[in-house]
Amino acid sequence: MGKTEVHALRGIDLTVKRGEMIAIMGQSGSGKSTLMNMLGCLDTPTAGNYFLDGVRVNGLSKNELADLRNQKLGFVFQGFNLLARTSALENVELPMLYDRSGRKRDTRALARKSLERVGLGGRVDHHPSELSGGQQQRVAIARALVTEPTVLLADEPTGNLDSRTSIEIMALFQELNAQGITILVVTHEPDIACYAKRMVEVRDGRILRDEPTKNRRDAAEDLRALTAERESA
Amino acid sequence: MKKSTLIKVATQSILKNKMRTFLTMLGIVIGVAAVIVMVAVGYGAQSNIEKQIGSLGTNMIMVMPGASALGGVNQGANTFNRLTPEDYEKLQRESLLVSAFSPVVFTNAQAISAQGNWRTRIQGVSTDYQTIRDWPMEIGTFFTEADLRGIRKVAVLGSTVAQALFADVDPVGQQVQIRDVPFTVLGVLKTKGQNAGGMDADDIIIVPYTTAQSRLNGRQRVNQIIASTSSPQDVPAAQEEIRSILRESHRLADGDDDDFTIRNQDEIAAAASSTTKVMTLLLAAIASISLLVGGIGIMNIMLVSVTERTREIGIRMAIGARGSDVLTQFLVESVAISMLGGLIGVAIGFAGAAIVAHFTGWSTATPPQAVFLAVGFSAAVGVFFGFYPARQAASLNPIQALRYE
Repeated sequence: MGKTEVHALRGIDLTVKRGEMIAIMGQSGSGKSTLMNMLGCLDTPTAGNYFLDGVRVNGLSKNELADLRNQKLGFVFQGFNLLARTSALENVELPMLYDRSGRKRDTRALARKSLERVGLGGRVDHHPSELSGGQQQRVAIARALVTEPTVLLADEPTGNLDSRTSIEIMALFQELNAQGITILVVTHEPDIACYAKRMVEVRDGRILRDEPTKNRRDAAEDLRALTAERESA
Repeated sequence: MKKSTLIKVATQSILKNKMRTFLTMLGIVIGVAAVIVMVAVGYGAQSNIEKQIGSLGTNMIMVMPGASALGGVNQGANTFNRLTPEDYEKLQRESLLVSAFSPVVFTNAQAISAQGNWRTRIQGVSTDYQTIRDWPMEIGTFFTEADLRGIRKVAVLGSTVAQALFADVDPVGQQVQIRDVPFTVLGVLKTKGQNAGGMDADDIIIVPYTTAQSRLNGRQRVNQIIASTSSPQDVPAAQEEIRSILRESHRLADGDDDDFTIRNQDEIAAAASSTTKVMTLLLAAIASISLLVGGIGIMNIMLVSVTERTREIGIRMAIGARGSDVLTQFLVESVAISMLGGLIGVAIGFAGAAIVAHFTGWSTATPPQAVFLAVGFSAAVGVFFGFYPARQAASLNPIQALRYE
């Protein structure tokens, strides 16, 4: 028991350039979660190399991985993963509390700015339970952005949201990407993946497809269309 | 993580589950309070016993006749009495450290008054006796130097004797017959209660030793010489001084054994207080067990808390918390709970000690070391019992922690 090695991923060769917005697609069990964990420095490959912003990740200690996550990565999860009974502002402040670089920053002000960036400037003192799902995900995005990470990793960011809110979140991602932020979105929904610039499909631990998105959609435009539709109805 | 942030995070999670925190704390509160109360009661008992022994006379030194050996057979204490009034006079002349001396001549006799009769102990002493025994008068006066020198037939009664012989009349000025010698009662001493041996200290008649020797005993020896110093620190030196004066008086050569024994109250007090010290220690040890149980309570709750907050730990780790950050967070939390519990326990312990003191009439005393020890111990309990759950939390795999529902 437990002796059998399962290679969730095999022969993966993936290069992500600065400023890209990539959708990683795949069915459950395809290995996309493992890929995501590896990209997110939560897991290290048993063989092969992973370079993040010039740093060789495999072979780093647990503490070095933690620091790398803190400095270079921003996470957005399906279940939002905010600390309950903690205000939006304090949630966003959290990554900066674990910063070991020793630089002095006004964490409060930075957190506030980050919340304004995702359109929640007026809800800084609200607790997660007082916010809608879309708003909670925005708080999570603000938390991911506050450290100015190299990559923003979103694992099924719209999985718990209704379709309209999903498009809103994707619109926010597109907006942030336009500002130069590199974004990786893991999803199994083609409707969501089509907002990315590039699509990577994983199946059985291998990359099946890696190409620029055909018919890339503009989330902001889709939202406007939705609003118009509702008004006419 | 900064210290202020750590403390803030710990306080937040402590306040999140108020009821649970309170119950967890209760274990420590009870433990610490029990330790404090037990130690306080123990110390109270100790100081009570010391006070009782002190009531025998402050800084008292007793000189008793030594043992004699007849052809190698030791006859035991008091068998060879060479203590004389001359020894007493020489001591009084030459001693520098002793502030009061009195010879003691014992006899037992029937005392007869107009109201009744009573068999009691008669002690012939000097005027210093009252000082040495620290024994004030209830009514009347003690006899004077003039009474002593004049070998006058005067007596001072212990309260038990006064009650027996003069139940309804004022004893002062009345006559008491002892061995057909009429004595005039000068006064009655205050009630002293039981002595260290459990005997009634008030069952006594006190007369000038000169009178006792010439009228009652007809002996030249004295049974004891008692003395006291003005401060307790002088007692050991005073004992040495008395020894050398007596050896000279008895013309003992350098190699000879003392033909007398010197004892002081300290030795008796030390024996008694070491007994109570053992008792106090025992009580504190039993109370510490409840502290231990409280610690296990903390460990239990911290383990539950770690399981419950697995997801939170995962989030913290995903955004860059190191294992050590998580470890410290949980450790600070458990130490905070136990320290706070310890402080509340100290407060309740003091209140409890006061209540015990109020209802039992004992004087309780809590030494400050006990407080530091109790609080320090409760903090140690927090670290010790918080470490394992905290390490559990720190060693979680962030991926699994995030997936935990």
